[in-house]
Amino acid sequence: MAETFLIILGMALVTFLPRFLPMYVLTQLKIPDVVVAWLRYVPVSVLAALVVPGVLMAEGQFYISLGNSYLLASLPALLVASLTKNMLLTITVGMGVVLVLRWYLPA
Amino acid sequence: MLIYWAELRGGAKKAYSIVLGYLPLGFAYGALASLAGFELPLIVVMSLLVFAGSAQFIAVNMLAAGSAGAAVIATVFIVNLRHLLMSASLAPHLQTYPRRVLPLLAFWLTDENYALACGEFKKYERSYLFIIGLFGTAYAGWVLGGALGGLFGHFFDGRDAALTMGYALYAMFIFLLVIQATEKRLLLAACISGLLAVIFYLCVPGSWYIILATACTATLGVLTEKWQKLS
Repeated sequence: MAETFLIILGMALVTFLPRFLPMYVLTQLKIPDVVVAWLRYVPVSVLAALVVPGVLMAEGQFYISLGNSYLLASLPALLVASLTKNMLLTITVGMGVVLVLRWYLPA
Repeated sequence: MLIYWAELRGGAKKAYSIVLGYLPLGFAYGALASLAGFELPLIVVMSLLVFAGSAQFIAVNMLAAGSAGAAVIATVFIVNLRHLLMSASLAPHLQTYPRRVLPLLAFWLTDENYALACGEFKKYERSYLFIIGLFGTAYAGWVLGGALGGLFGHFFDGRDAALTMGYALYAMFIFLLVIQATEKRLLLAACISGLLAVIFYLCVPGSWYIILATACTATLGVLTEKWQKLS
């Protein structure tokens, strides 16, 4: 528990710094254009790098099967997100599909 | 005094849509952490100190899988690097604010708070008290949701519940991806990063595939821009 608390403190620090430093520094200093251009790609790249392996892989290999509820739920979630731009609805539909699939499909 | 209060309340009222999303998402986080064996105080402390939805989900998953603390912190850092740009882009709106409130606003700078604040700044000049009311209410919703999930999550015990709760994270990522991939080259970057992430996932041990795919994609993107300008 003590070790986990230290990890949480570390997480707090590395979460805070990227949120704080740019807004603090930017009032005094201008970020080079090439860095700004590079940073523009970061949000979408991070999200894709999290989602794609997260729904496509399991335990070190491809998991493409009717038993992979995350993969199957991602298609309706993508559709709902694109059409409605509503986060709560996207999450509800995604979780709903996973729940229903877990009931009706083999593991 | 009355004006201060009105500003805080005005911001707090605007936070309703975020709180509506944070309560179930926070609950999912708390339930997932509880199912993974985390004790309630740690679940709440993580929400109080970190306040980062996706990072907390990932940390719980990694810690439950026995990852090293350094790898967890490094991954959280990478995942939260996306806030660099958000923080930078808010700066022009915060120039008249007292500098002492910047650390607080930065601590509360989640994707959702950022998105809502941008919408407000587009239409109005908002005081720092308004923004504190807005961000602080969202924060309270997140911590409360996590605590409730940690308290009652075990009533949903079982693999199916953990799997279902865990999907909230990916649904949120998919939503944020759709919202942010507004240009063709960003959409292309997302596709390339997803592909690279799978390759790195298969080739590189640990959770480094996220930072590797992101850094390669961003570098490729900048190089492509330079090359297009030259030709």
